[in-house]
Amino acid sequence: MSKLQTNVMAHRSLQNERPFSTKRFFLQWEWMLVLLFIIINVINTFLSPNYLVFDSIMSAIQMFCDKAILVFPMMLVILVGDIDISVASIMALSAVIMGVGYNAGLPMGAAILLALCVGGACGFVNGILLVKFKELSPMIVTLVGQIVFRGIASIILEDGAAGSFPSWFQYLGWGYVGRIPFILIVVLIEAVIFLYAIHFTRFGRNVYAMGNNETTARYSGIKTDRIRLFIYVLMGIFAGIAAIFLASKMGSVRPSVAKGYEMDVIAMVVLGGVSNNGGKGRVIGVVIATFIVGLLRYGLGIVNVPSQTIMIIVGVLLIVAVIIPNLKSTLGGYRWFQKLMR
Amino acid sequence: MNGGVKRIISQNVRESCLLAVIFVLAVAVNIRSGGNFLTARNLSDMFVETSILAILTMGMMSVIITGGIDLSVGSTMALAGMVGTSVLRDSMNEAGQGISPILIIALAVGIGMLAGLLNGILISWFHVLPIIATLGTMNIYRGVTYLVSGGSWVLQQNMTTSFMAVATGKLLGINNLIWIALVVFAVNFYFLGYARTGRKIYAVGNSLESAAVSGINTKRTITLTYVIAGAMAGLAGILYVCKYAASQGETATGYELNVIASCVLGGVSVSGGSGKVHGAILGAILFGMLNNALPLLKISPFWQEAIRGLIILASIVVNAIVSRRSTRKVLERRAIA
Repeated sequence: MSKLQTNVMAHRSLQNERPFSTKRFFLQWEWMLVLLFIIINVINTFLSPNYLVFDSIMSAIQMFCDKAILVFPMMLVILVGDIDISVASIMALSAVIMGVGYNAGLPMGAAILLALCVGGACGFVNGILLVKFKELSPMIVTLVGQIVFRGIASIILEDGAAGSFPSWFQYLGWGYVGRIPFILIVVLIEAVIFLYAIHFTRFGRNVYAMGNNETTARYSGIKTDRIRLFIYVLMGIFAGIAAIFLASKMGSVRPSVAKGYEMDVIAMVVLGGVSNNGGKGRVIGVVIATFIVGLLRYGLGIVNVPSQTIMIIVGVLLIVAVIIPNLKSTLGGYRWFQKLMR
Repeated sequence: MNGGVKRIISQNVRESCLLAVIFVLAVAVNIRSGGNFLTARNLSDMFVETSILAILTMGMMSVIITGGIDLSVGSTMALAGMVGTSVLRDSMNEAGQGISPILIIALAVGIGMLAGLLNGILISWFHVLPIIATLGTMNIYRGVTYLVSGGSWVLQQNMTTSFMAVATGKLLGINNLIWIALVVFAVNFYFLGYARTGRKIYAVGNSLESAAVSGINTKRTITLTYVIAGAMAGLAGILYVCKYAASQGETATGYELNVIASCVLGGVSVSGGSGKVHGAILGAILFGMLNNALPLLKISPFWQEAIRGLIILASIVVNAIVSRRSTRKVLERRAIA
């Protein structure tokens, strides 16, 4: 081994084992999220004296858990550098088909299974289009999906509603295990599974590799098409799961359910530090961000902030969340910024 | 003479096909609807309706050429329309006289430009992905519209007659809106096809790096496209509320999908770098025709959305296949040489 090679090797190993630095540890995005989380809770506590009661927090969390179900598969989609804005429409279609199926005499279990299959099928359509036609952007394909899937739902149900589900079905959305909502337990289990899959399996590493540089990933033997298809099908299936919980919460389904959900879900993921250029982000950040957005909405709702103002706030949050990680590269050229960071 | 026509067609295969599709479809719809489609009245209705869409398409296409997307145009329309009509309402005196419509339109365009400028700054200076930035501003502008309106509507009685006349008036027997759309088309045709700045937009869309290396200020060019899209959205927004004589928070919700669909139908590539102005206007006309024809064919309103979506899907897939084949042909020709 030549001297140069040894030097390079030494340099590399040094880079891999950077010494632990407290400053760098606390400069992580996740700490910023924790801070934001605490601020929002403090504000909520001041706004409503009853906020810091265990049961009321639990019921607040129950309100947004159907969105939280979508967050983790969406994280995968954004990690590979894509986006899926058809999820809300997939939810509507699965929920409508489940409702219509049940009203047509299917047993509830079969109707639920049908909803999952419909979700998976919609995801498959998105995925196969993207894999077979690489020149199409995920944005445009899922935009078409957004129109078509909800369009099919409105063909099936027109302006009617389907529902009158069996009484046990309500338990999914409203039930409690002890004093903890059942749906929260589902979300937490899902979070643990995704945490493991994303951070500790080969599949997870492949997803990050794809997000960083898809061509490199493909040339190093990662089956990028298969992974992309899998991720979109997964996204669809989880949209089906979210649809089941939403239907259980609402009691009946219409083609217009879940309109605008994609915005909140994408906001949660992006706020969680998942880079929209792919290949960056951690599950823990996404979990905190989910609670931030959910509790923020709840807190603003307590003080009767109109829903239009909440729209503005979530929109600003989405943009600010994306800007902050980019600030360094944007302002890096200015001298005052360099001084500030030094 | 004959050779000239041939050359034009061979240079515009896509657009000629589109034109042919439009004619075939028009005849087919006319037969199916029992002659109700190709009447002067229906056609004029259709073109008036389509002119707003065409104006928006002209704005959106330069954004898409740079490889971006603007989801906020629907909300910008609502915001510009709401601010414009609110100012008009507050300026009205008892005799029903108010600010001149020209000023109101200028105000709306200005607001649209500001909205577009914010999009552009976020996207080019802060490196936010276009879809995420405009998804955010879509909600922000819509929310601001509600705040401006305070939840109330601006209705016909709050608008001056001279303002209303903008959308109903005619020049040489043709509705003003169509004239405005034609002017916007002509300006855009020159701007994107022959002006230096317009060609820069194509260069940026083809390859950002090459454009930057050849001395184009890419950030400024990209921002400019969003300002144009915003200005067109502002113009379209005020014309929209003028035409329907009502302005409210929900104005033009989801309109951005129609605009993107028109661009895609017109052959503006979503991956950036290509797309012709006359193609885009044909796309808008085709889309407007579909909107007009589906109810005439007595297709249930509940089916229309899915049908529209499937048509867009078909057109992007066909577009992809055709362009793939033509690339292969070019490559084969090169291999032989």
